[in-house]
Amino acid sequence: MNSTVLLTIISLGMLAAIAAVILYFVARKFRVYEDPRIDQVQEILPAANCGGCGFAGCRNFAEALVAAESFEGLNCPVGGAETMNNAAAILGKVAAAADPTVAVLKCNGAPASRPKTSRYDGPSDCRIAHSLYLGESDCSYGCLGNGDCVRACKFGAMYMDKATELPVIIDDKCVSCGACVKACPRSLIELRKRAKKDRKIYVACSNCDKGAVARRACKVACIACGKCVKVCEFDAIKIENNLAYIDAAKCTFCRKCVTECPTDAILEINFPPRKVKPEPQAEPATN
Amino acid sequence: MLKTFPLGGIHPPENKLTAGKAIETAGIPASVSIPLSQHIGAPAVALVKKGDTVRTGQKIAESKGFISACIHSPVSGKVNRTDSLIDTSGYRQEMIVIDTEGDEWDESIDRSPGIKREITAAPAEIIKKCHEAGIVGMGGATFPSHVKLSVPDGKKCEVLIINGVECEPWLTSDHRLMLEKGEEILVGISIMMKALNVTSAMVGIENNKTDAIDRMGTLARSFSGISVHALKVKYPQGAEKQLIKALINREVPSGRLPVDVGAVVHNVGTAFAVYEAVQKNKPLFERVVTVTGKSLARPGNFLARTGTPVSMLIEAAGGLPGDTGKIINGGPMMGKALTGTSVPVVKGTSGIIVIPAADAERSPAGPCIRCAKCVTGCPMNLEPFLLMSLSAAGHVERAGSNKIADCMECGSCSYICPARRPLLDYIRLGKGSYIKLLRERKLKN
Repeated sequence: MNSTVLLTIISLGMLAAIAAVILYFVARKFRVYEDPRIDQVQEILPAANCGGCGFAGCRNFAEALVAAESFEGLNCPVGGAETMNNAAAILGKVAAAADPTVAVLKCNGAPASRPKTSRYDGPSDCRIAHSLYLGESDCSYGCLGNGDCVRACKFGAMYMDKATELPVIIDDKCVSCGACVKACPRSLIELRKRAKKDRKIYVACSNCDKGAVARRACKVACIACGKCVKVCEFDAIKIENNLAYIDAAKCTFCRKCVTECPTDAILEINFPPRKVKPEPQAEPATN
Repeated sequence: MLKTFPLGGIHPPENKLTAGKAIETAGIPASVSIPLSQHIGAPAVALVKKGDTVRTGQKIAESKGFISACIHSPVSGKVNRTDSLIDTSGYRQEMIVIDTEGDEWDESIDRSPGIKREITAAPAEIIKKCHEAGIVGMGGATFPSHVKLSVPDGKKCEVLIINGVECEPWLTSDHRLMLEKGEEILVGISIMMKALNVTSAMVGIENNKTDAIDRMGTLARSFSGISVHALKVKYPQGAEKQLIKALINREVPSGRLPVDVGAVVHNVGTAFAVYEAVQKNKPLFERVVTVTGKSLARPGNFLARTGTPVSMLIEAAGGLPGDTGKIINGGPMMGKALTGTSVPVVKGTSGIIVIPAADAERSPAGPCIRCAKCVTGCPMNLEPFLLMSLSAAGHVERAGSNKIADCMECGSCSYICPARRPLLDYIRLGKGSYIKLLRERKLKN
């Protein structure tokens, strides 16, 4: 009995020893060298694996950073400048300055201004609604309201507003990873330069139809009348495809275009209320 | 034992309310809008402009390329404008709007009532006439018929299969056409046989239309090479590949065409249109449309000019009932809900179904219980549950390797699913993305 136990231990022990020796040599032979800095860089990345940098995940981005000659074009939107500077310090390089951005929705077609002409009762998925027909309203460019962008957001920075049936972006939580931009089948979300106090001025419309068609479908549509272009002193607004676009780099937030827009398609957000100039002759507004 | 296809298929309630209603001529609308794309392939190019006077049957748009179809004016009158309007598919497209003035037909059209049986046209001439007359597949797919009548080099057509199945519930337009225009259809079949250079043609009709089987069978005795076959009732037997399997027991391989197994399939409506085009010189500008629904006062089959607003046909059928929830263009299985009733009837409009709100609602979807009913119901031997999840997750490549492009969107899987999962909605999405991917790749190489 004892000898059987002993024999088992000895034979198994020998097997283990042989296997260990083989494994040792195999491991030596097929060793893959990995830059230890990849681990270090990955350590300081946010580990959100959101793909906002354009890579498959944080590990993938860390590899790209280590392999890169310069940091030009590489940016972690979640970590921002701080993370990039840390990574640069580890790798002995200089982080490229990237302006922080934030997502904005280029549609303001709540049912009140964009009347519904049909009802969609298919699966709640914008891709399907988009591939099926124009949408519940007559606007073939506007938000479909099924919330693909909200589901794509990994940072809880979006929610659907029940009243307007449009997604809302929470500026504080948005890390501008771009997941919602990719999720929207109508390309309604844009990453715009983040300004002081999260102030924003942009054209909240994507309708490329001619003015009359756009206006019939939605009261707050851009009708490409060109008034904003004329009033802008900084050459920041351009009209292309029947749609105005404000260049965030040139915009100085003077807000002249906002007052000029006849359809209220240009939004001003996070501004203090305008000072109302006293108009002694004006009658009180009645509805 | 009646013939049918072996794999999958379903048995939805037939509801053929209008089977006994003779074809009525719908009136001529005061204004028609004619879409430039009423067929599969490149949209036609308009030949008329604002202010032009047109006659009934005059060509108003020229086909562009081989896979395209000409379009003819269904009325006489003046061209009001060309405009981007919403069509039956729910999208905007260019349409020619014509204001009707009288009904003056083009002189070249033979309007005599007699049936002309003698075929004088040569095969090439037949194909040319079909092209000029703008004939497309009348079953609903609207594939240009002259393309299907031109057999590619190196391939041989052995048998012409005529689709009189009408497997979609509710629809009866083909059924009525077979009963009332049987002889014309058979002449049309003979013309197509001549064009394809085949000696035999088989007409497949489902066994729920026994009167049509009898009528066509009796008439076919005086035509050489045409046989009429009764088929077991099963949806989707009217699909090309399923009908070929049922009638001649040949399977069209994935990604191939019926002509690869020696068959060409045409609809009975197409056969009638071919007869009119070749024998009477009449282009395709009117068709039989079934207007039906449980709550309609006077459902029926109407011979309507293309461009007729759907609202006018619904008026003819007794007006839009107050409880309407959905109006479907086409059959209830493969048709699409309309977004409004001002849209025009086109060459492929086989039916308008008015569904009460109580029946129109879709049930909420439950979780998949892995019962595999969708797999057994699929006539194309696919795995709909798998294709749905792959499509929803955006795995387009994997969906493609699981043959998503073979799906013909018959809707059997969605119909049969006990959890009411939107299988077809997602499969259609994935199929679209996969075909787009293939096209992009082709462009790159």
